[in-house]
Amino acid sequence: METEPRPAGAPQNFEPPLVAPGYSFATVTDKIGSIVLGRGAPMGWWIGFGISFALVMGLMLSIAYLLARGVGIWGVNAPVGWGFAIINFVWWIGIGHAGTLISAILLLLRQGWRTSINRFAEAMTLFAVACAGIFPLIHMGRPWLAYWLTPYPNTMGLWPNFRSPLVWDVFAVSTYAIVSALFWFVGLIPDLATLRDRAKNRSARIAYGMLAMGWRGSAAHWHRYEVASLLLAGLATPLVVSVHTVVSFDFTIGIIPGWHATIFPPYFVAGAIYAGFAMVLLIAIPLRAVYGLQDFITLRHLRNMAKVLLATSMIVCYGYLMEAFFAWYSGNPYEQSMILNRMTGPYGWAYWSLLACNLVTPQLLWFGRVRSCVPMLFVISLIVSMGMWLERFVIVVTSLSRDFLPSSWGMYYPTFWDWSTFLGTLGLFVMLLFLFIRFLPMISIFEMRAILPEAEVEGHVHS
Amino acid sequence: MPQIFHPSTNTLARVSLFGAVFLVGGALWVLVTLQRSSFVTRRGVPTTQPVPFSHQHHVGGVGLDCRYCHTSVETSSFAGIPPTQICMNCHSRLWNDSPTLAPVRDSYRSGVSLQWNRVHNLADFVYFDHSVHMAKGVACVTCHGRVDHMPLMWKSASLQMEWCLECHRHPESYLTPREAIFTMDYEPQGDRVALGRELMKQYDVHTRTDCSTCHR
Repeated sequence: METEPRPAGAPQNFEPPLVAPGYSFATVTDKIGSIVLGRGAPMGWWIGFGISFALVMGLMLSIAYLLARGVGIWGVNAPVGWGFAIINFVWWIGIGHAGTLISAILLLLRQGWRTSINRFAEAMTLFAVACAGIFPLIHMGRPWLAYWLTPYPNTMGLWPNFRSPLVWDVFAVSTYAIVSALFWFVGLIPDLATLRDRAKNRSARIAYGMLAMGWRGSAAHWHRYEVASLLLAGLATPLVVSVHTVVSFDFTIGIIPGWHATIFPPYFVAGAIYAGFAMVLLIAIPLRAVYGLQDFITLRHLRNMAKVLLATSMIVCYGYLMEAFFAWYSGNPYEQSMILNRMTGPYGWAYWSLLACNLVTPQLLWFGRVRSCVPMLFVISLIVSMGMWLERFVIVVTSLSRDFLPSSWGMYYPTFWDWSTFLGTLGLFVMLLFLFIRFLPMISIFEMRAILPEAEVEGHVHS
Repeated sequence: MPQIFHPSTNTLARVSLFGAVFLVGGALWVLVTLQRSSFVTRRGVPTTQPVPFSHQHHVGGVGLDCRYCHTSVETSSFAGIPPTQICMNCHSRLWNDSPTLAPVRDSYRSGVSLQWNRVHNLADFVYFDHSVHMAKGVACVTCHGRVDHMPLMWKSASLQMEWCLECHRHPESYLTPREAIFTMDYEPQGDRVALGRELMKQYDVHTRTDCSTCHR
C-alpha cells in the first residue's frame, strides 16, 4: 500500500498537501513539460497506442459496413429499436460529466484539489463526447442526412420537430461539446506558451506557438485569462446538469413503461457524475503510476474522488429504489409488470448485476483503508463503469422488449457489429487520450505552480 | 534565439479570426442560395424538345384551351401529353410541309410517339394528382406560370417542397374560381385573400400539411 508524508503528532483530521513536498516552480514545470517535450515516447505508450489504434480501425470498418448495409447489421429490430447505439451514447455522454464538474463546479467552489486532475478530466470529457456523438448519428439509418436535425432554411420548408427530445439532444450535446472544448483550450493557453518557450524542435515551437496565440504572460493576459475562465466555468456549470437531464428526457417523453419516474433527470445526472468519476480514477491511476506523478496526483486526490464516487452512488441507488417505488405506488399494472419483469424476467441477470456493481461494490468505499488502496480503487472504478453501462442496458432494453402488448414482445440480442462498434469507440477514447498525454501537458503546469508553497509566500493563493 | 513568428503574424491572426466567421457564414449562404438557384432547380430554363413547340403561339396566339391537348387534367392525376393525332388535327392542313414539323409527320405515319422531354418532373416519392387541384380551384397559371408567354416550355416554379407547402399552408392566397382556372390572365376583383377564403368554404378546401398528403 502507498503511504504519504504525515508529520509526527499530526491531528486526526490532518490533510496532506496537494503536492508532495520539495517541489519548486522550475521542477514542477520540468516534470510535467518533459513528458511532452522529451525525446520519443516510452515503449508502453507505443503498445497502448497501437492497440487502441487497431480498435479505431475496427470502428472505421464497422461504420463503413454499417453505411453500406444499414442498421440491419445490428441486433435492433421491433420491438427493441434502441440497442447498443443508445446505451453507448448515454454511457459515453455521462462519462464526460465528471470532467465538467471538476473543471467548472469545483473551480467555482474553490476546491484546490481539482488542480492536478482537471486538465485530463476535461480532455476525457471531450473525448467521451466525441465517442458519444458517433452513436446517434450512425443510429439514424441515413447519417448523411444528419444535418436535417439542425434548424436551417431548407428547401423543404420544414423545421425540425422542436417538441422532440431528440432535437433537444442535438442542442444540448453540441453546446456541451463547444463549451467543453473552449474551456479546455482556454485553460491550455498558458501551458502551451510554456511548451513553446521550452521546446527545442522548430516545428514544435511553431505548432505550440500558434496554439498559444501570442501568450506572453503579461498582467493584462492573466487578467483576461482569469475573467474568461470564470465566465466559461459559469457557462459550463449549468451544462453539468442540463445535458444529462435532456438525455433523460429522451426516455421520459416516451410512453414506454419504466421510463416515467419523475426522478429521471436528477438520477441520470448523478449517474453521469458517478460514471465519470469512475472513469477519471481509471485514467488517473495508471497515469500516475506510469509517469511517476504520485507527487502531483496524490492519495488525497484519489481519496476525494472515492468520496464523490460513494456519494453519487448513494444518489443513484436512491434512484433505483424510487423507480421500484414509483412502479408500485403508481398502481399502474404496466409499470408494475415492468419492474417485476426487470427483476425476474429474461434480463433479470442484468438488473441484479447492475445492483451488485453500483449498489454493493461502492459500499467498500466507506472504509478509509479501501479509499487509500490504489489497486482496490482501480478495480472498484472498473466495476462501477460496467455497472453504469448495465444500468443503461436495463433501462433501454427491458422496457422496450416488453411494452403494453404481449403480442409485440421480443428479445434483443446484440450482434458482432454492435460489439465491434462499442469496442471501437473504447479504442477511439483511449487513442485520443494517448495522443493527448503525448502532445499536451496532462496536468496544468501553471495551476500546479500556483498551489506550491513557493506561491503562497507572495501572499496569494491561486484557486 | 530568433523569434518564431514575424510581427505580421499578429495581423494575420486577427484577420483569420474575423475571416473564419465570414468564411463559414459565406459558405452557408452560398449553399442555401445555390440550392434555390435555377442552376439546381432548372426554373426558368427552357428544355430542348424534338419539336420546338411554342405555348406562346398555340395558347397566346391561336387561343387554344389547355384541355384541347391536356385532355385528362380534370379527371386524372396526369394532365396528359397529347398524342400526335391531336397535333395533326390542324397540322395535316397547316404548315404541313414545314421541315420543323417533320418529326410530327413521321410520328403520325409510323405510329411511334414523339419523345418529349419532361419539364415538370416531380420526385417519385411525391404523390401528385392534377384532377383534385383543378376541382379545388387551383388555376393552371398558378403553378405553370404564363405559358402563353413561353416560346419554349420551362418551369416557372422550383417544385421544391417549400414551394408546394406555401400553397398547402395558405391556400386562400392562391385559389381561383373554377370558371377561370384555365384563363391565363384572370385578375380577381377586390381582395384576393377574402375571395380565397370564400372559395375555400365553397370548394371545401383545407390546409393540407400532413406528411402523408403527398408522401404516401
